[in-house]
Amino acid sequence: MAGRGGGRGRGRTNMTFNLEDLGIGRGEALPPTAVKPTPLFPPMTAQAVPLQTGEEVEYMLALKQELRAACKTLPFYIRRAAPRKDVVRYSDKYHKGEPRDNTIEWSPDWSRLPKELCIKVRKSQRKAGPVCPPQVKAVKKSIMEKEEVLSKLETLEKKEEMAVNSGDEDEEEKKKTNEEEEQVEEEELDEEDLEEETDYIMSYFDNGEDFDIDSDDNIDEAVY
Amino acid sequence: MTLQEARLCGLLLQEHFGEVVEKVGTHLLRSGAQNLRTIVHETGTPLDLVKKSLCVLMQHGACGFSAGRRGGPGGPVQEYQASGERVLRVLRYPRYIYTAKTLYGDTGELVVEELLQRGHMTMSATVKAVADRLTLNMEEGKSMEYGEVTEAFSKLVETHFLQRCPPVSEKTPATPSSNQSGGGGGAAPAGPGGPAAAAASTAPPTPESFPDCYKVPPVRLVGRGKRRRSSDDGGGDGEQRNGKKARVETEAHGDEGIYWQVNFERFHLHFRDQAIISAVASKLDQTSSEIVRTMLRMSEVTTPPAAVCTQALSANEIFRSLPPNYSISRAILDQYLTLLVDDPMEFVGKSGDSGGGMYVVNLHRALSNLARATLESVVQERFGSRSARIFRLLLRKRHLEQKQVEDFAMIPAKEAKDMLYTLLSENLVQLQEIPKTPDHAPSRTFYLYTVNQLSTARMLLQHCYKTVANLIDRRLFETKENKRLLEKSQRIEAILASLQASGADDEQLQEVKEMITAPEEQQLEALRHHINKLDSTENQVDETIFLLESYVNSTATASR
Repeated sequence: MAGRGGGRGRGRTNMTFNLEDLGIGRGEALPPTAVKPTPLFPPMTAQAVPLQTGEEVEYMLALKQELRAACKTLPFYIRRAAPRKDVVRYSDKYHKGEPRDNTIEWSPDWSRLPKELCIKVRKSQRKAGPVCPPQVKAVKKSIMEKEEVLSKLETLEKKEEMAVNSGDEDEEEKKKTNEEEEQVEEEELDEEDLEEETDYIMSYFDNGEDFDIDSDDNIDEAVY
Repeated sequence: MTLQEARLCGLLLQEHFGEVVEKVGTHLLRSGAQNLRTIVHETGTPLDLVKKSLCVLMQHGACGFSAGRRGGPGGPVQEYQASGERVLRVLRYPRYIYTAKTLYGDTGELVVEELLQRGHMTMSATVKAVADRLTLNMEEGKSMEYGEVTEAFSKLVETHFLQRCPPVSEKTPATPSSNQSGGGGGAAPAGPGGPAAAAASTAPPTPESFPDCYKVPPVRLVGRGKRRRSSDDGGGDGEQRNGKKARVETEAHGDEGIYWQVNFERFHLHFRDQAIISAVASKLDQTSSEIVRTMLRMSEVTTPPAAVCTQALSANEIFRSLPPNYSISRAILDQYLTLLVDDPMEFVGKSGDSGGGMYVVNLHRALSNLARATLESVVQERFGSRSARIFRLLLRKRHLEQKQVEDFAMIPAKEAKDMLYTLLSENLVQLQEIPKTPDHAPSRTFYLYTVNQLSTARMLLQHCYKTVANLIDRRLFETKENKRLLEKSQRIEAILASLQASGADDEQLQEVKEMITAPEEQQLEALRHHINKLDSTENQVDETIFLLESYVNSTATASR
């Protein structure tokens, strides 16, 4: 306290080092205190040196851009599967190229990877032999179940025979592991004839259910 | 893994493998080794996507697995750890490919490119893929022989640019079998580890610890590249043969399980040698750089990668190994060598007098000098040549007081003080206190300015990582801003291409081209120019990163 009282008499501040050493002379105005953070893009005091140019540089630039573009087409570029739509649509048949979460697009050497990473290889690209028997069976079962449920829901209004047929055909499709794409497509074409979604074929058969459906729409209006 | 490195790794993973892999990869990089369930739980990604990402990362060598310490009820749990260093190499891919092109031509370039894109592949798969690609670019009716590609592949393996992937050891230590893969016609043991008994050691075995690392399997690949044709073309015989070959190709070629990957360390040694040679060329002259190039070439196989200097070479040997078009006399060679030894950069040192003088190339010192030159040029470009003079002075004289700095640098006091404080605030220069009295009174303490080269190099290296990350960010931003325009131009190009393929006349082509208005065309041009500039800058910053990284690594190994 004695020091503080004495300091008041001597000068403004009393610090442990000599203020002149810092370059702030007596009586000089101090720079204004900063009231906001430094700007995000401070003005550049010196311009950057221009980039190198030349054949080598251009070639490496082209290489880099090509590599980047090529990466997107390789199977190593993992995209999330699109979320399941609410209804099964006709165009889904033509969007088969989209990824599904539980399949892998390429077949790595499973002997070099730990067993727990084993994942089913995408059917359209599988070459020879089942990949990982235990995992694939488990996955296949769940797929079979899902397919059965879906097909049953779809064919609730059909005749019993048709429901059994499409259920059987779905199971067959999933069981075959070494099938080529053409055969799969042929099976699906057969299914088209039996499924109710394509009205063209079904129109040959008219079971009379559509006759009175429209009549309920005009209850309030008079019928002329 | 520093913050900047992790951020850069994340951006690189995102660009090359997508967001899912990026999420998993950055999580692994930040949290160290983890097992599968923890990863799934903490990233919130579905299990299948995590499995896919780990497979991708392992395919490219960016992730490894080992038995964890904690054993669950089902046995030891596998833990996965990512390697940030490997991910950062992705930045250097164009340089690797270009080097392969200069050394081994187009074939070598494509081999390295295929291996870099796919991570690791068997030799037969690589040869086929490269032959197909080469055939695509050749004239009609011609195709590439597998033999030529195999030759290029073997040359790359001989010079150690490609190496075999180390075989993966099972969880239970297998019986240490001796590596007989060479004699078995290429059927290498894919499972059990080599005689190194890698399961017992904690450190992952380097590819070089396996004796067959650089042995080409005796695979007979006969055939030609296939040209993938969308429309039916002529060239009947070639097609016939290729058609038959396509069915034959599904057979195994006898080298299953032997995977090859690019040997980055060898490429780095090559880059280091190139940097030294070009430094000598620019400091002295072409002939001295040729002499240094000869010396480095001679000691390529005898010098271990982490050596401080090459093996001693006698002047007689150097004279005999000089390239034939550089016919200088023996006396002149001796003069050049003396000049090189006396040069303050100390690239070449004299280690003895036998055989006409024994000379070594000081690798570590050369790297150190190159790093120092980089630091000095950074200071010069950012703060001016007078600050650079102060910086160089401090590098040379180690510790100086403020008054001494002003005197030696011959700069007026006020400006010198200003510059010093600017450098200090940027952390390029440090203050060292030396107290005269035990109570550290400021008026009785020496304050010395000093520059610590190694820590300044590390700091600049982090700045470089941050720079590249910012560049990538900016490029993604620019692309996103102009996405609509880019998509439109892509669609129009596709339309143009299909029109030209089906033989439309010029009027229709002109009409389609006019779908892009002139200001849009300008905007597109400006966008392309910006993106090219940003890409090119990334490549050049990577060169600085390489230099600084080599210096830091070399100092770390030299001091051990």
